[in-house]
Amino acid sequence: MKLELRGITKRFPGVVANDNVNLSLNTGEVLSLIGENGAGKSTLMSVLYGMYKPDEGQIVIDGTELVFTSPADAIAAGIGMVHQHFMLVPVFTVAENVVLGVEPTGTLGKLNIDEARRMVREISDKYNLDLDPDAVIEDLPVGVQQRVEIVKVLLRDAKVVVFDEPTAVLTPSEIIEFFEIVKTLVSAGRGVVFITHKLKEALNIADRIAVLRRGKVVGEVDPKTATESHIAEMMVGRPVQLTVEKNSAEAGDVVLKVTDLTVLDADGRTHVEKVSFEVHAGEIVGIAGVQGNGQTELVEALTGLRKATSGVIALDGKDLTHSNPRERHQMGMAHIPEDRQRQGLVGGLSVAENLVLTRYHDDQFSHGVIVEWDAADAMAETLIGEYDIRTPNKETGVGTLSGGNQQKVIVARELSRDLRLTIAAQPTRGVDVGSIEYIHSRIVKERDAGTAVLIVSTELEEVMALSDRLLVMYRGKVVAELDPKKVTPMEVGLYMAGSRPDSAVTA
Amino acid sequence: MNLAIETAPLLSNEQRKRARNVGFSLIFLALISAFFFSGRPGDAGFKLVDSFTLVLPSQPFARALAVLLGALGAVQLYRGFGKWTNVVLAISTGAFVVGFLAWATSGGSFNLTGMLQDTVTRSVPITLGAIAGILCERSGIINIAIEGQLLGGAFAGAVVGSLYGPWAGVLGAIVMGVALSALLAVFAIRFRVDQVIVGFAINFFSLGLTSFLSQRVLTEHPEYNIVKPFTPYAIPLLSDIPVIGVALFTQTYFVYISVIAVVLTTWFMYRTRWGLRTRAIGEYPQAAGTLGVDVIRLRYRNVWIAGAVAGLGGAWWPIGTVGRFDQNITSGRGFIALAAVIFGRWHPVGALTAALVFGLAEAIQLKMSNLDTGIPSEFLLMAPYIVTLIVVAGFVGRSRAPKAAGQAYDASK
Repeated sequence: MKLELRGITKRFPGVVANDNVNLSLNTGEVLSLIGENGAGKSTLMSVLYGMYKPDEGQIVIDGTELVFTSPADAIAAGIGMVHQHFMLVPVFTVAENVVLGVEPTGTLGKLNIDEARRMVREISDKYNLDLDPDAVIEDLPVGVQQRVEIVKVLLRDAKVVVFDEPTAVLTPSEIIEFFEIVKTLVSAGRGVVFITHKLKEALNIADRIAVLRRGKVVGEVDPKTATESHIAEMMVGRPVQLTVEKNSAEAGDVVLKVTDLTVLDADGRTHVEKVSFEVHAGEIVGIAGVQGNGQTELVEALTGLRKATSGVIALDGKDLTHSNPRERHQMGMAHIPEDRQRQGLVGGLSVAENLVLTRYHDDQFSHGVIVEWDAADAMAETLIGEYDIRTPNKETGVGTLSGGNQQKVIVARELSRDLRLTIAAQPTRGVDVGSIEYIHSRIVKERDAGTAVLIVSTELEEVMALSDRLLVMYRGKVVAELDPKKVTPMEVGLYMAGSRPDSAVTA
Repeated sequence: MNLAIETAPLLSNEQRKRARNVGFSLIFLALISAFFFSGRPGDAGFKLVDSFTLVLPSQPFARALAVLLGALGAVQLYRGFGKWTNVVLAISTGAFVVGFLAWATSGGSFNLTGMLQDTVTRSVPITLGAIAGILCERSGIINIAIEGQLLGGAFAGAVVGSLYGPWAGVLGAIVMGVALSALLAVFAIRFRVDQVIVGFAINFFSLGLTSFLSQRVLTEHPEYNIVKPFTPYAIPLLSDIPVIGVALFTQTYFVYISVIAVVLTTWFMYRTRWGLRTRAIGEYPQAAGTLGVDVIRLRYRNVWIAGAVAGLGGAWWPIGTVGRFDQNITSGRGFIALAAVIFGRWHPVGALTAALVFGLAEAIQLKMSNLDTGIPSEFLLMAPYIVTLIVVAGFVGRSRAPKAAGQAYDASK
């Protein structure tokens, strides 16, 4: 089977998401589609999967032009998709999720769940995926959930499988397993489209790499000859610095001291269990871990967004376990939250309003109950310049900015004052390569100025590059403290997966 | 029990709070029993069958009850019942209700079997309304409009039933229910209007329209407002069982139909393709949509079926009981049905149980107004609901609504 996209153009109000895109894929090969967030990769795949109707262009399979009006058409044409956010019903079992839409049934539509189990087992055995058809999705690790998605696609006999950012949620060892599965698929005569923004992975697995920038295919490269920096330059449109530049840390006094912190949610599930650690002035401590191992809850407890069930959080020796977020903020804590749209910014407010959100009540910006907008606007102007926030003006709604610029607004607001402690969660998630470079340098600069910095990131490369000390979280516990200069990503990955390599170098 | 080696499970702040609230509720009930229920001497007679009346000495019973509830409350506060909390709470509340009845009846007697029969009868519109709610919410549409659908069904049932007989009336009520739910479907699914707001609009529309028509048309043409209601049908053999026979098997068709509706909904929801897809689009419609399931069409269909069930429930008033329509005859039962959906955790059997609790509350309130208790009738109207509120607050701690309920589906997300 040969799949071709010919001249696909998809416009949204105000933007051209895909601009005359041409791509082709044969079964038996891996095409990697690489580009920054917002380059149009996901839109292109939504067009291919029948979720969007292209404004121009055709989808051609084996020389026949096809029009997809819904995912059902795409599935019928042999296209399968594993979405970045898994399309699994969390309360259903593996078998129920897999057969949804193509259920084996008897009279009156009675589900034949035994048959569904058998189908899951058959495919799982054939491709060595090791799935229990009766396991409930929400109890499964993400790596296993991804295999469920793959079984879904295989059950529908897809000839072309599209993976949208499949490695974003996986540990290093799961990524290796995933690549094995991809190879099996290809050798079984299927075609794979691998969407990613991680250069190394594209170079590792792809037969061909197509680079997308601002909706256009800017070139196709051969992974055997291309280099990372070359592809990065194609993605961004200018040369970029891919490594973090920093000197060794000069750690000072203890700033943050966390003792036996435990956090439970409303349903009584333990997310953080007896976690203790310290962060010193002038050092960056990184927390690595697969998403969902308690990092989110830990950060929320440290910043006051969630109540600690037990344990003590102290900043400069003062117990602030029961302080509210504003009190912590005023003690010199900055927070760059993992979800900028939900916790970091108010999308409907302007850039200037968002910049003053944490300080409008200071004397500098208010006079009794009246906000001094002149002072706030003046500060906004300064910060927009200083932090290189690309916005038409300070009155622009912050929600209309790109992810990278939204993140810069948060960084500007949080870092532009005297700080003792900066907590940054996923500081570069969904941020373009250019802004990543900038945000990283800001964080290092903050450290060099003597602030204690805590970085939480599921991007292992990022935490390893930034941190002076590295903690690994697994199932709510800190399972290792490592020196990032002395361990390999593979070793850290083992800790992230819950195993303990005895030969690993601990700090 | 090997309690010694079990380590105490860690509890979150919310769980602790809830466990404490349950404890205090039990103590509260104990205090009422001790100082209030024991205030009236005399025996309470509960008539079960013509030949047998159960006699409870109300004062000693109230004291015993107070000690029991107090002890349970203390244990709950001290170490908690853990997973048995709900069972303890259910038994305690049941005992408290008996204590209340014993107090109210002391020195007299009343027909307990008749009250149970009344309980089952009155649970019918709540059960059917709740099933309508479940059918919608399980597929991701919040149905606040149950009240309006019941009311519309009651009106149509009365008018059509007066003209063409009760079975035609039932059919008319179903058609009316579907029509009102179609309105909800179009606004909520097609135009993605906030589902709660559409639901409320339909309730007011239905109330206004039926009130207007009943004042203008039915008062002038009373012949359109006389239905021959169904009479109870005693199921052979089963209805001869003492107490249960009267309470469960000597009822109108409505009771039997609503039990069948509960069984069918449960079976279809958990055993069929339709059910799997319905639950999928209520939890995570994108998952079903990306597999080629037509989310929009399935939601439309389920909202229509729900309307039919609610319309049927509305027919209960004219055709199952009084034989006529009055303004706002449903008086909020649709909202109670909505509570039953949540109380019953979006499961048809749970909803039936909840509906029976609410039915019991109504039946007790009716009985009490016949007994001389010295409590103002306004308070009697409230009392059963207060007890129910306590139960609901205790039980519904951890129930989980279908995740996508209330969210319009957009295929491109």
